[in-house]
Amino acid sequence: MLPLPPFAYHRPRDLEEAVALLSELGPDAKLIAGGTDLLPNMKHGLLAPKHLIALDAISDLDRVEVLDDGSLSIGALTRLSDLAVHPTIRVLIPVLAEAAAEVASPQIRNMGTIGGNVCLDTRCVYYNQTQFWRSALGFCLKKDGDTCHVVKGGKQCVAACVGDTVPALIVLGAAARVLGPEGMRAVPLEALYTTPGSDHLKLARNEVIVRFEVPRPGERLRSGFFKLRLRRSIDFSSFSIAAALRLDGRTIQDLKLAAVALNSKPRVLNAEKLGVLGQDLTKEVMSHIGEQFQRRATPLDNINVDSQWRKEVIAVLVRRLLERVSAVGAQTASVSS
Amino acid sequence: MKTLVSLDVNGRTYEIAVSPELTLLEALRYELGLTGSKQGCDKGDCGACTVLVDDRPTLACLTLAVAVQGRKVRTVESLAQANVLHPLQDAFDQHGAAQCGFCTPGILMSAVSLLEQGGDAPDRLSIKKALSGNLCRCTGYTKIIDAVEDVAANTSSPGPPGHTGS
Repeated sequence: MLPLPPFAYHRPRDLEEAVALLSELGPDAKLIAGGTDLLPNMKHGLLAPKHLIALDAISDLDRVEVLDDGSLSIGALTRLSDLAVHPTIRVLIPVLAEAAAEVASPQIRNMGTIGGNVCLDTRCVYYNQTQFWRSALGFCLKKDGDTCHVVKGGKQCVAACVGDTVPALIVLGAAARVLGPEGMRAVPLEALYTTPGSDHLKLARNEVIVRFEVPRPGERLRSGFFKLRLRRSIDFSSFSIAAALRLDGRTIQDLKLAAVALNSKPRVLNAEKLGVLGQDLTKEVMSHIGEQFQRRATPLDNINVDSQWRKEVIAVLVRRLLERVSAVGAQTASVSS
Repeated sequence: MKTLVSLDVNGRTYEIAVSPELTLLEALRYELGLTGSKQGCDKGDCGACTVLVDDRPTLACLTLAVAVQGRKVRTVESLAQANVLHPLQDAFDQHGAAQCGFCTPGILMSAVSLLEQGGDAPDRLSIKKALSGNLCRCTGYTKIIDAVEDVAANTSSPGPPGHTGS
């Protein structure tokens, strides 16, 4: 049995009330959406908020809409299982449907939301353990200790961002609409994450992500997602990569790659940085992109899969994803893999 | 502080006083005496506590009891009617799909949800995907999938109770 520590439960009726509660209750309050990340962490004694503020009584936070300008609006409380099968999302931005379909297990996708996945706590083999396990090593930088067991002598926590929808939203150029006491602001997904892994979200304590805005994908956008993990279900990511690509014939007009399960920030590279803008996307170029991505990705021993092996396979995984995404027609990419 | 909540479980309404930190699983097992749903890992990995909340497979160990007010909960206890087993329970018996039996209630609920989705009978891959959040530590997966496949092939989907095929 893993009992939850006690807390007070609040269920605001609208977003303004949620923000007001966050401001009033201070750092002892946490938002809860699906609860599939927060509650296990609380059961492990990693967090003990005195107040939980549930968002499920606020209406209209789980809507997916295509707006007049062709952009998409995805409510922060949209459940991952709904995203995975959403017909518009599967056709226009398959990378997001594929990413949502790969999160955890069917039950957790029925409970978990896209907002929760984006705000997922960072993970590390030395952190996601019981109090007893962690105490044996004298705790770690992320929680209760001053030593990093991943990077010897490290002074900055390197726990990994592992939300699978994060790289998908980044390659789509999405932004989070965030409500705070001062009103709404937009944060590009790429700018939402920072170091250290013990404090990786650039959100104020009294801000709430309301929805995600995805720019008009356009007709030529191709996109896809791949997740490496020990088992094909339940497990968190060992390496997740998303790609969005625009081709003119075979010529690369636009390419963006983003990966998580490396460090506390997603690793993002575009065609320019990769030096392939305007080149033809041949087999050789796809291999080259894979190698370039691999060179700039630094898997650490923060995940329970050998970091050297993860480093080795990155080039292959990136190339294979590009082969799949470029082989299917734009906007008709099939979700099956 | 405890609050009075009204839970709709297996078509029956229960009024109980719960602390916010009480999970749905703890409420079912220790407050309502419905011990069919199992407390396995108790942290969202194993699926032994799977129940249906508004017809969707949900982990009761990661659901707060206070959060299911006004929602319909179905547990494994809802499957057999009087002395008649649910076709899935019958098939699990016929195929020897339960070994130690600890994962069975959760697997049955995931399978019930799959069969209620209607449309064509699910193939083996769809069954595996639907059950991919349920671990069987006896590793008797083949017989479990055989049993679900058997029922899927031999029943026309009735949809969830109270629903008229939407």
